[in-house]
Amino acid sequence: MARALANYRICDFTGQLAGAGATRHLAAFGAEVIRIEDPMNEGRWDILRGQPPYPDERRGINLGGAFNNHNTEKLGITLNLRTERGKELLRELVRISDAVTENFSAGVMERLGFGYEQLRELKPDIVYVSNSGFGGSGPYRDYKTWGPIVQAISGLTWTSKLRDQPPAGWGYSYMDHTGAYYMAIGLLAALHHRNVTGEGQWVDMACTEAGAALTGPATLDYTANGRPTRRDGLPDSNHSEWPPMAPHAIYPAAGEDNWIAIACRSEEDWRALADAVAEPWTDDPRFAGLEARREHEDALDERIAAWTGEREAFETAERLRAAGVPAAAVARPEDRIDHDPSTAAWGLWPEVTQTEMGRVRVDGVPAHLSETDWRLERGAPCLGEHNEYVFGELLGLDSSEVEQLHEDGVI
Amino acid sequence: MTQPPAGASGPLSGLRVVELCDEAGELAGKLLGDMGADVVKVEPPEGARTRGHEPFLGDERHPERSLYFWHYNTSKRSLTLDLESDEGREAFRRLAANADVLVEDQPPGRLAGLGLDYADLREGNPGLIHAAITSFGRDDPRSREPFTDLTILAGGGPVWSCGYDDHSLPPVRGGGGQGFQTGCHWALISILTALLHRDGGGEGQFIDVSMHAASNVTTEAASYQWLVANNTVQRQTGRHAAPAPSIPTQREAADGRWINTGLFPRYPDQFRTVIEWLREVDLLDTFEEAPLLEVAAGRDGMLNIGRIGEDGEEAALLAAGREAMNLLAARLPAYEFFEGAQERGFQVGIIYAPEEVIRDPHFVARGFPTEVEHPELDRSFTYPGAPWRFGASPWAISRRPPLIGEHNDELLAELGLA
Repeated sequence: MARALANYRICDFTGQLAGAGATRHLAAFGAEVIRIEDPMNEGRWDILRGQPPYPDERRGINLGGAFNNHNTEKLGITLNLRTERGKELLRELVRISDAVTENFSAGVMERLGFGYEQLRELKPDIVYVSNSGFGGSGPYRDYKTWGPIVQAISGLTWTSKLRDQPPAGWGYSYMDHTGAYYMAIGLLAALHHRNVTGEGQWVDMACTEAGAALTGPATLDYTANGRPTRRDGLPDSNHSEWPPMAPHAIYPAAGEDNWIAIACRSEEDWRALADAVAEPWTDDPRFAGLEARREHEDALDERIAAWTGEREAFETAERLRAAGVPAAAVARPEDRIDHDPSTAAWGLWPEVTQTEMGRVRVDGVPAHLSETDWRLERGAPCLGEHNEYVFGELLGLDSSEVEQLHEDGVI
Repeated sequence: MTQPPAGASGPLSGLRVVELCDEAGELAGKLLGDMGADVVKVEPPEGARTRGHEPFLGDERHPERSLYFWHYNTSKRSLTLDLESDEGREAFRRLAANADVLVEDQPPGRLAGLGLDYADLREGNPGLIHAAITSFGRDDPRSREPFTDLTILAGGGPVWSCGYDDHSLPPVRGGGGQGFQTGCHWALISILTALLHRDGGGEGQFIDVSMHAASNVTTEAASYQWLVANNTVQRQTGRHAAPAPSIPTQREAADGRWINTGLFPRYPDQFRTVIEWLREVDLLDTFEEAPLLEVAAGRDGMLNIGRIGEDGEEAALLAAGREAMNLLAARLPAYEFFEGAQERGFQVGIIYAPEEVIRDPHFVARGFPTEVEHPELDRSFTYPGAPWRFGASPWAISRRPPLIGEHNDELLAELGLA
């Protein structure tokens, strides 16, 4: 199958998930993504390199499971940018690249001598995408973030909680994933713009701004209606936001820490649920009609919880869906990875081959393209794994020159 | 920031998009439109379903006053078509024949039943990129089952990781419709990938986006801990779900708002900074473990954060640093703690509500709050702004959300049907 992005080369300084997760998608569709890593500290500007989880008892800089997940299908080179020769080689690489990507703190690339103005001198139509916490300007430009901090500041932690409880947050770096999605979107859009107009540009992405755009209706409810989310024990995000629904919550199921989500979008859904429950309380006039059910939501939730609490989550959810009611068991990782016919049929957990780790499963891609689908086969690069190819074939050095670079501490 | 007039030149300007979406997919159209694409939203004659979603301007229920609809439908033109009629279908066919992209979230089978699916539309337009957003993918029987954002996130993984240390409380669905939005983010990535393929001489194609799959691969460690090492993460209040418990990082500040204390001090100069900060706010004398901070400040190198929870001096020093930050967080108002810590180089966060983000001085200085004129209401409204700063092709809300069928006349004329 054709590779949609086979003609694109990315000079990639990204790390962790917020950055590496972005260029991963381009690599999955065939772009040549070349990770630049520092030989002096074994590429640890990406703190996930060499870190757990590990597939077996071995440990080492090339054996980190998260790093492998986020960097499949990429190439990896080492380059010491403290050396003039290292900078010269980077300049050569930039000249034959379509884009430069990074998620350092704002200003780091400028200090390295590779800010946008310098990159543009090397290649006038270069697309440069930076993804930092607060962007390249503004009072918080130099403030530091990682996923949970981004989520806190952008309103996503606050809007994830139960009534009268502290914020629960997301339980993981949702904004590292989603920041990476926005970074990939910005990069692809800027490449299209270059294809059409011949013009490159700097795409300055602030992860907190991408996050702050994800709670739009709540923001407008405040700016247009003056109604804040901070009121009356709210937010209460298991209950419905917009549009209103009741019931709409996560209820206990039989067994230890098992749960089932149920939502009724309409009176039809409610009647279907009531039929499935088949207990007299469903005829209680307090539950007749959406407004009544919202008013008596605590009593409603209590009764539904008593019913679900005696039932197995997956079977019950399936039965409710068959009756027309939106329902889902809260899936554990093993449920959705090893026992879910939908993710299996999709091919969502491909196995890649990493040079040292061997075969390891990774996240797949949740879209299938009929003509140019994704492919994830090669694991993340070992440190400097593609030095021969990049410095030799792409930059034209012979093997003794590459060997010399190694001896000189340049790569 | 005042918006440039319609036709502003984002990176997708010149791209023609047809959107046939309700709540699951309409963010995709907005993202394309705000990047400059000409997005035509096809609505049924009575208007899109999401025009009935709360909240309403002034709490007045009216299809032109849904703030939910407003947010997700900026930079679009509206064309009302009855797709159950021959005329409506013919207009849709003509629209699609001239489009670069069709993005839709219709139930599987609906477009095929109308003769408007990819197989029908590509004949007249081989360059068409048709992205279908469904709950489980076009070919999965579960896409015919009922779903909401809640059930997508519960079944797709995010909910398992989200909640409280107290597991008698249910796990939590994060707010804001993120199950739907994650599907839309993937629609954008794949549409633009297909577009670059076309830029290089390729033809159009069909894109099958699964919201369930999208949530499944948006769970960070929950997935890779299982994929790599068969570990099951467990939820914890305000921090990463993990195979083993970690130390709490969420604190209530003096003004009742919450902060995330982030990474605790571990370098000697960070301990020195904490000592100075405690002194400045008159807390040093009341902090019993102050001598430990002095010891930590006098050490040669970084403390090993992995020693937290163990016995011995290193653990005691780390614990003292943590308690010092917790004391500052508890005694200072949230914003003062956030600003004070960040100015001193500590990675901490204030837990803002959406209404606070939009007023924050940094976001205001960067022009994130975006004023959009609604001439029919004779006023402007502040919308969330740009996720990206495109240096050469600025993001912009080029149009306020359309009234029902607002662009019928001009669009039918463009299609030769006026």
